[in-house]
Amino acid sequence: MAKNTTDKVRNGRATPTSRPSDSLTKDTLLEMYWKMLLSRRVDERAWMIHRQGKIVFHISAIGQEAIQVAAAYTIHLGVDYIVPYYRDLALVLCAGVTPEDFMISLYGKEGELSSLARQMPSHFGAKPFNIVSTSAPVATQVVHAAGMAFAIKYRIQNELQDPNDRTQPRLAVTSLGEGSTSQGEWHEAMNWAGVHQLPFICIVQNNHYAISVPVDKQMAVPNVADRAAAYGVEGIIVDGNDVLACYDVMHYAVQKAYRGDGPTLIEAKTYRMTPHSSDDDDRTYRERSEVDAWRDKDPLLRLANHLKAQGLLTDAVIEGYDKRARKIVDEAQRAAEERPYPPGESAIAPVYAEAN
Amino acid sequence: MAQMNLLEAIRQGMDEEMEHDPRVFITGEDVGPRGGVFRVTQGLFEKYGPTRIIDSPLAELSIVGVGIGAALADLRPICEIQFADFIHPAMNQIMNEAARMYYRSGGTWTVPMVIRAPYGGGVGGGLYHSQSVEAFFAHTPGLKVIIPSTPYDAKGLIKSAIRDPNPVLFFETKKGYRLIKGDVPEGEYTVPIGEARVAREGSDLTVYSYGMMAHYAMQAAERVSQTDGIEAEVVDLRTLLPLDTKTVLESFKKTGKALIVHEDNLTMGFGAEIAAILASDGFEYMDAPIQRLCAPDIPGVPFSHPMQDYFMLNPTKIADAIRDLAAY
Ligand SMILES: Cc1ncc(C[n+]2csc(CCOP(=O)(O)OP(=O)(O)O)c2C)c(N)n1
Ligand SMILES: [Mg+2]
Repeated sequence: MAKNTTDKVRNGRATPTSRPSDSLTKDTLLEMYWKMLLSRRVDERAWMIHRQGKIVFHISAIGQEAIQVAAAYTIHLGVDYIVPYYRDLALVLCAGVTPEDFMISLYGKEGELSSLARQMPSHFGAKPFNIVSTSAPVATQVVHAAGMAFAIKYRIQNELQDPNDRTQPRLAVTSLGEGSTSQGEWHEAMNWAGVHQLPFICIVQNNHYAISVPVDKQMAVPNVADRAAAYGVEGIIVDGNDVLACYDVMHYAVQKAYRGDGPTLIEAKTYRMTPHSSDDDDRTYRERSEVDAWRDKDPLLRLANHLKAQGLLTDAVIEGYDKRARKIVDEAQRAAEERPYPPGESAIAPVYAEAN
Repeated sequence: MAQMNLLEAIRQGMDEEMEHDPRVFITGEDVGPRGGVFRVTQGLFEKYGPTRIIDSPLAELSIVGVGIGAALADLRPICEIQFADFIHPAMNQIMNEAARMYYRSGGTWTVPMVIRAPYGGGVGGGLYHSQSVEAFFAHTPGLKVIIPSTPYDAKGLIKSAIRDPNPVLFFETKKGYRLIKGDVPEGEYTVPIGEARVAREGSDLTVYSYGMMAHYAMQAAERVSQTDGIEAEVVDLRTLLPLDTKTVLESFKKTGKALIVHEDNLTMGFGAEIAAILASDGFEYMDAPIQRLCAPDIPGVPFSHPMQDYFMLNPTKIADAIRDLAAY
């Protein structure tokens, strides 16, 4: 039952012969590019308004959008369970969260989507889209994803759900950083996923640092995916800055989960192009040359170049996208700024759910 | 009405809930064919099979964390922690996740789960098979904490806990599992969470307790009634969070004297909260200094018998404390 990982490590190809991404239409490819671009522009605006002193905190997805958008385009959005982490801005924007929702969370304004502004920004969650509420202690969410995947298997086994019913969640996908895989929570979640061969996908966004601490101080093996075999989970490594490669492996893992063929760990090798958060100064631990080298591998740039080479995208179209994004971001920011803060006493809100 | 012991009552309550709600399942260490190390789940594996009675890996963090995920996905997990002493690896999941989920999601995501654990000493369990851990959880908004002392309450409360849309900690006195017997009606009834019970009426003073110590408090109260003519009222708290302050204060209004008894150690134990409530909201009824009879502030119940006996409360120690307070 347990699947070996290291001999299956694939560099972006789910199968050597055909790539699922080959059948993506022009429209879908452009849409994926647009989502990556929109996330990038929202994110950049967050840094800008932080510098202007308008918000107190931002934590960024810049550089890591490819795997997130790939995940969004392979799962059943709004139905499958999404258990994200704080860098998943592009993922949640694809899943139904709007730039305005995100801006409202940055400002901590009334009616904020994920938590009514009780949580810091980027602690994502949105019940209407089946995005689970997430907290700050890293890796705790991975266990919840295993539990949600377990619930899917439970419902199927106990005949509460038809395995082919597409209106029901058929997998749980979660993500976290490579440093967070040092936590016991991750290991225990992987173990459950393996023991019960759950419809579970764990995306590790390996950006090579946990704040300042590099991977080799985090683990003694070169890849997080190498550890997957120990749990009976298939581990796959992918170039996390190549959205089409990410799409291929995600597509493979998603279809496998839908078939009931068990869990997958996807390690997306990537890089965060910003400091850890608005409170960090990455010059204290990263060479500028390293950051610059990764700039050339920017997933947004790479997709643009690929699409241009295919004749699917032009600079004029990109310019149009940028204009559209700026308008959306401007409006989102204005809406958030005009919105009132929640009254202080709204802190005293129901702590317990009522029986219904 | 059937006579049964505490653990049989808990089992019957879970069994009935599993029968009527297919979303209810049990997971934990050895809960399957073995029926749990205390036999609380005995027979359930045979009845419901491996898809609903699930032997977990030996890993409390994920017993709870997976339970949280299952609850988020609208199942009704009952997670058994083999001994309350081993709940600490799951602390992060209980405190940071289960307790805070509803509030932090603006009331959108709920965690309808039960975490059961046998607690308490007097069974030769030493430091790590004897702990009382309720105070940690009773300090955490978002959780509910239940400790029954009779089979009737145990069955009615486990059923309420399973149906509750919030995470509920359900602590079971392991010493009382077979020792405490009582009448349990056949079939459907529940006991509401958040209501204390006046287990014995009396006018001289009130003993506040829960779990095994409530059972002992009843024995002590009967004894002092017979030997000294002291009539102690016994309030069995049953639910620590949310606490039934109304019943707590009503009894104090009647007696004016309070003896708070728990087997958890004194400092920052649950009794401190009762004492504070009585002092602030019951000051005008107060006829004597509020008394707490609790375990000493040492890191656990020692193994060797004389030391264990020294640590543990019993009906004699409680009766002595009742006499002292009555004489004030
Ligand atoms: C349990 C816990 N310890 C410490 C922190 C503080 N912290 C937040 S993010 C982070 C680094 C995470 O690194 P990684 O998992 O690689 O994710 P990345 O931020 O690089 O995407 C740390 C130490 C935390 N949030 N939770
Ligand atoms: Mg990292």
